[in-house]
Amino acid sequence: MRIRHCGDSMLLVELDAVIDPVINERAIQLAARIRGRGAAGVRDVAPGYSTVGVHFDPLQTDLAALERAIETEFGTLASLDTIDDRTPIEIPVCYGGLDGPDLENVARLAGISVDEVIARHAQRAYRVYMLGFVPGFAYMGRVDESIAAPRHRVPRERVPAGSVGIAGQQTGVYPVDSPGGWQLIGRTTTVMFDARRETPSLLTAGDLVRFVPAKEC
Amino acid sequence: MQIGSLQIVKPGLLTSIQDLGRYGHQPSGVPVAGPMDTFSHRLANLLAGNEPDAATIEITLIGPELIVHANTTMAIAGAQFEVSCDDRPVSVGASFHVLTGQRLKFGRLVEGARAYLAVAGGVQTAPVLGSRATHLVSRMGGHQGRALAAGDVIPICADHAMRPLRKAQGLTLPSKHRALLRVMPGPQADWFEADALKTIGGVSFRIAPQSNRMGYRLQGPPLARTNATELISEPLGLGAIQVPSAGEPILLMADRQTAGGYPKIGYVISADLPLAGQLAPGDFIEFHLCTAQEAVAALIARERQLLRFADLKGQV
Repeated sequence: MRIRHCGDSMLLVELDAVIDPVINERAIQLAARIRGRGAAGVRDVAPGYSTVGVHFDPLQTDLAALERAIETEFGTLASLDTIDDRTPIEIPVCYGGLDGPDLENVARLAGISVDEVIARHAQRAYRVYMLGFVPGFAYMGRVDESIAAPRHRVPRERVPAGSVGIAGQQTGVYPVDSPGGWQLIGRTTTVMFDARRETPSLLTAGDLVRFVPAKEC
Repeated sequence: MQIGSLQIVKPGLLTSIQDLGRYGHQPSGVPVAGPMDTFSHRLANLLAGNEPDAATIEITLIGPELIVHANTTMAIAGAQFEVSCDDRPVSVGASFHVLTGQRLKFGRLVEGARAYLAVAGGVQTAPVLGSRATHLVSRMGGHQGRALAAGDVIPICADHAMRPLRKAQGLTLPSKHRALLRVMPGPQADWFEADALKTIGGVSFRIAPQSNRMGYRLQGPPLARTNATELISEPLGLGAIQVPSAGEPILLMADRQTAGGYPKIGYVISADLPLAGQLAPGDFIEFHLCTAQEAVAALIARERQLLRFADLKGQV
């Protein structure tokens, strides 16, 4: 673990630089514990894949104490090496057609049928590693290596809200219309983010997600 | 609360409602947004007798024309526009009284890029996730999540008709189309050639036309990477200087995303970010390395400039 200063108003806590569920779980729990301390001046504590960003007001924060607190909390987490079982959140998806204009492309890259791509994408439960890009956008992984697909070299100017995409071994759902370079294989009507809900984002880092082929599209 | 309004006649180039930002939701990917020049935003509020986080209107390069429907006190800080209230000239950096029905008109821009229009009691649009700041890309906050348009009617507080007038003489940020910004090394500073940080200290970068509230694309000598590792996406903060593979840096500003996968060679210090907020495409930035101690000292000095107005806030 290493704490880096990002200017004078953010600390970046770096765990091992790998995409790994256990390291990610440690980052998420570390973020929750730092947040839970409610230290004066701390504005936001956001976990990444293997990092935690601690945003603070430099004039209200005892920086040395904050760093010590992070070290203390990390010390109690270093032995965490299992992840509690949790129930996957199901997201219904209409695969292919206008909803998933890149599905055939992904099938061709994989050398398998469209139905087989759907089966492989829907078969796994994916971990939400982090949220970012736009409100409610969850970076999930990992998809079966055989259906991993590169980003488009030129991103689309407008990806419709609800589109389900693949980029490398990551998968995700676009919460709002936005530009995007992921290979789009389907679309969901599930609302991923709504600021008026009590919990605006459907997904939180650490959740499990399973995509379910919709019966009616 | 009594509610008045601002009726937008002409919106200007990019006019949006901002407060000090939407903190607390970055774990859900919600960007912070807020003013590009927090110093001038706060100054405008203090001159108008508000708390520093009251919502103001950020005005960019070409200002709006609007009709005020309230007897109230207003203040403008930041970019030096020629402004009139009906036929009477209004000074930037001072508060002024407005009578209902009067027309506020922003004219020629003399210096700087962004001005902040504060109204006593603040702009009263509905907060979203605890903030009135507009985030343009995610269409969140402010007035319908977007820049103001002709015909918009913006609710304001109308409880504080005539507050005492205040003046902030000599309290303008220098911005002769150029800013010297102090930088602390970023988390991936060692991913670049050894003299890259010195390189960014010795030259001027030009702000490219495709810059916006999310970030300034900087044109200058490319910053060569020595480490070709793909960075795993990580949380980002205000003032990050990220460097995509082509080598031309991007300075992340108010509407930045919460996380990203480009290496950060440095972070501009808080005290100097308002200076960047007073720049526009075509202007120049020079970077200068500094230490954490210098960053905090600079911020305290900046705060002292505002402090002498802070004890006046809230007076009716």
